[in-house]
Amino acid sequence: MKPNNRKLLTVVTESVLEQILCDELMELGASGYTVVNARGRGSRTVREAGWDTNSNIRIEVVCESDTADRIIEHLRERYYENYAMILYIADVAVLRPEKF
Amino acid sequence: MDPVIWFFLLGVVAGLFRSELRLPPAVYDLLSVLLLLTIGLKGGVELARQPLGGVLPQAAAVLMMGFVLPLFIFPVARYLGRFKRADAASLAAHYGSVSVATYAVAVAYLGTKAVTFDPQLPVFLVMLEIPALIAGILFARGIKKDTRWGALAHELFLGKSIVLLVGGLAIGWLAGPEGIVSLEPLFFDLFKGVLALFLLEMGLIAASQARSLRDHGLFLVAFGILMPIPLACVGALLGWSLGLSVGGTALLATLAGSASYIAAPAAMRIAVPDANPTLSLTGSLGVTFPFNIFIGIPLYLSIAHWLHRAGS
Repeated sequence: MKPNNRKLLTVVTESVLEQILCDELMELGASGYTVVNARGRGSRTVREAGWDTNSNIRIEVVCESDTADRIIEHLRERYYENYAMILYIADVAVLRPEKF
Repeated sequence: MDPVIWFFLLGVVAGLFRSELRLPPAVYDLLSVLLLLTIGLKGGVELARQPLGGVLPQAAAVLMMGFVLPLFIFPVARYLGRFKRADAASLAAHYGSVSVATYAVAVAYLGTKAVTFDPQLPVFLVMLEIPALIAGILFARGIKKDTRWGALAHELFLGKSIVLLVGGLAIGWLAGPEGIVSLEPLFFDLFKGVLALFLLEMGLIAASQARSLRDHGLFLVAFGILMPIPLACVGALLGWSLGLSVGGTALLATLAGSASYIAAPAAMRIAVPDANPTLSLTGSLGVTFPFNIFIGIPLYLSIAHWLHRAGS
C-alpha cells in the first residue's frame, strides 16, 4: 500500500445516533469525521430530513484500513440489527497522509 | 373552534394530497424554540409574582404521576394490544410523557374561552416529560448493565425542550413582570401566529404518518383515541385535589392525556432500539395529537368544570 492510500468509510444512519457514533468513532481510532444531513429511501422506508426524529445523517471517515475494519466490526455488532444503517467503504488517496 | 387548529387541518390536507408545501427544517426548529421559550417565560414571570414554597409539594405530586401513568399504559398495550414487550414499553413512554404542542394549543384554547390558569403549569410540564421515559426504559429492559445511562441521562435532561423550558422559566422568574416587557412583542404577542405556523408543519408531519397507520391497524387507532381519556381523568383528579383552578385542572388533564412525539422517540430509539419507532410515533402523532386538539382539550375543560362544580 502506498503511504498516501487510505480507506473512506461512509455510514448512512439515523440522526439520533449522531452524538454516540461520533464519540465511538474517535474512541476506535479515527482522527476525525464529517457529518452531513441526508434523506433517501431504503429497506426501512423513506427517511425525510424534515425534522429531527425522522432524519438521516451521512458520516464519512478517512482512516487507515485496520481502523476501518475495527469500526466496521463495531457497527455491525452493535447497530445492524435494530437501526437503519448502511455502510460502505472505498479506497482513496489523500494529499496529506500525516493527517489520517 | 380556535382558528389555529385550522392550520393543522390545512397541513394535513396538503400533506395527504402530497402538496409541495414544506416548511424548511430550520424554520420548524425556530418555531419550536419560540414556543418552548414562550411557555417557559410566561410561567417564570407569573411565578415571580408569588412565593415558590407552595409549588414544590405540588411539583413532587405531579412528578409521581409521571411515574404512575406508564404503569396503566404498559399492561394495556402489552396484554390488550398484544404488542411485544419493547413496543409496549415504548408506547408507555410516549403516552406517559407530554406533548408541548398539545399544551400550547390548550393554552390558546383557554385564552379564547377567557379561562385563566395557575402559573405553575409550565413547571408541571417540565416535571412530566422525563419520568415516563425512565419507566418505559425499565419496562423494556429492566436494569441491565449495558444500558448506557450516561448517554441516556444526557439525552433526557439536556434535550432541547427541557433546556428551553427550564431556561425560559428561570429567565422569566429572574426578569419579573417589568423586566420582560421589552421581550413581550416577540414571545407573547406573536404566540398565536407562531403556534399557527407550527401546527401547519405538524399537520404535514401527521399526514406523513397516514400510511403507517394503515399498516398498524385498528388497535392503534383505538389505543390512540381511548388511552388519553382515562389518563386525562387522572390528571384532572390530581389537579383538582391539588387545588388548581379550573384552567389549571384542564391543563394538567391535557398534559396527562397528551403523548410525546419529540423527546420520547429520541430517547426510546437510543435506549430501546428493538422497539418499532414508527408504531409509537404513529400513535402519538397520527392519532392522539389530532384527537386531543379537536376533541380532547374541550372535553378535558368540561371535565375540569364538572369536577370543580361537583367538588364545591
